[in-house]
Amino acid sequence: MDNQTIIKTSNLSRRYNGQTAVDDLNFEVKEGEIFGFLGPNGAGKTTTLLMLLGLSQPSSGSAVVCGMDPIRQSKEVKRLIGYLPENVGFYGDLNAVQSLEYVANLNGLKGEVVARKTDNLLDLVGLKQDAKKKVAAFSRGMKQRLGIAEVLIKDPKVLFLDEPTLGLDPDGALRIIDLIESLNKDQGITVVLSSHDLHQVQRISHRVGIMINGKLVAEGSIDSLAKEKFGVGEKEYSLEEIYMKYFREG
Amino acid sequence: MQGLYAIFKKELRDHFTSYRFVILFALIAMVSFISSYMAGIHMRENLEGMSGVKFPFLLLFSSTGALFSMIQFVSFFGPLIGLVLGFDSINRERAHGTLIKLVSQPIYRDAVINGKFLAGVVTISIMLISIVLVISGFGLALVGVVPGIEEIWRIIVYLILSIFYISLWLGVSILFSIFFKGIATSALASVALWIFLSFFVSLGADVLANTIVPIGNANETTPEDVIKNYRIKETTARFSPMVLYSEATATIIDPMQKTTRTSDLINLRMNPMEEMLSSRFENPLTLGQSLLVVFPHTTALIAITLICFAISYMVFMVQEIRT
Repeated sequence: MDNQTIIKTSNLSRRYNGQTAVDDLNFEVKEGEIFGFLGPNGAGKTTTLLMLLGLSQPSSGSAVVCGMDPIRQSKEVKRLIGYLPENVGFYGDLNAVQSLEYVANLNGLKGEVVARKTDNLLDLVGLKQDAKKKVAAFSRGMKQRLGIAEVLIKDPKVLFLDEPTLGLDPDGALRIIDLIESLNKDQGITVVLSSHDLHQVQRISHRVGIMINGKLVAEGSIDSLAKEKFGVGEKEYSLEEIYMKYFREG
Repeated sequence: MQGLYAIFKKELRDHFTSYRFVILFALIAMVSFISSYMAGIHMRENLEGMSGVKFPFLLLFSSTGALFSMIQFVSFFGPLIGLVLGFDSINRERAHGTLIKLVSQPIYRDAVINGKFLAGVVTISIMLISIVLVISGFGLALVGVVPGIEEIWRIIVYLILSIFYISLWLGVSILFSIFFKGIATSALASVALWIFLSFFVSLGADVLANTIVPIGNANETTPEDVIKNYRIKETTARFSPMVLYSEATATIIDPMQKTTRTSDLINLRMNPMEEMLSSRFENPLTLGQSLLVVFPHTTALIAITLICFAISYMVFMVQEIRT
């Protein structure tokens, strides 16, 4: 695997009226890896992702994403990063193709390219049969897959996926996780995956970061974290056990 | 630019396919049509036997045939078009979780609000222009008068003023949709502001003027008092965009109107003989002169529209978007 750093934060902090949401965050994501971004609800994961996208201003500190400053070069950064927010919304009166076309137009794609990409992506996420169905009639799993197709239309270098499997049935969640893994393997897309589905995260992540109360308490491969906490490798302890240990001590 | 155009296109499509637009358009078209028809019918009777009527075509828009004229109707209910097109423009996206998706695309954030405002303005323009054209065509057939060049110019100026006036309310409703997270809240707030500015300000102006300079007792009031009372009333009433707009369009559409003031104050200073003489030699203003008369009104209207949009723009640019 390529070891170049694609995302790096230095002392990144964000305070909201007296409360610190993100506290002196320092971490790195390497190009081509799947980075599991873990932590309890309200730990500041989403805020961190928004700051990396340039959608939220850091109170102090800075970040470098794909060699750029997300605040000053927000538009360029957003061209390279596909962000799938938690509970992503859709225009219910559009069908899958129209939704994708709209996002493609927003990304400056026109004409034949749009039709070809739309077609390929719907095929990739398994929504080809439902291409002409209104999004309002989609199940949650289908919406998530359409959401992934939407972020892929810009050919991103990095994907930020915020809880992509939240509220999905086991089969739906598995399809998403497999999709993420294949995107990483086949297209070399770097993925920052925030999820509570620790079992699945363990299966596909190369490295993880654990964030608690705005602080990053652990960063590294699951194996190294297990060694740090329990003295033995990943084989003996699941990510869940490691996570709970950090959480209790955090 | 790419983002602006994509959003503009999507919004325009949404406007034209939405039921609320169709209903509103049908309503406004119907009422304008009826009021012009009434004006047309009455015009035939009124103009019979008269000679030298100037600008008969404009009467189609300005004469109060049955209850109100077409331009009065637009000044009363035109704002509703603007409000209906804009009251949920930002907070609906926020509620559906699509706003964060929009702003995480490689576009400048202002493209969202510019695209929405532009789409609204274009919708309003298409609506007004088509109504005026239909009425004109209808008038040609019904009354049988052909508009002169100057009449056409006056109608164009009227259209531009109306587009700004309705866009002003579009701006207000977009501003509220940014401020208020709830869609119902922003709808209510914009309607409340509309009712306040359009109806209560004029009422309040009366009350204020009569409190400061009472002119109830005919024996004790001097002409100076009457003028002072009128000035206060006029100045206060002009805080309402509706008053500004009505005064401006009335002057533009009716070339005989030489000032935006109502006639009772002018008549006050003339005796009946003078009045008769002055009306005998009355000539219409040229378009340039009419424009000059309403220049302050026009400037104020355009300024309020731009200020409203500028505030929305600033609020939206610094707002934190998380969902």
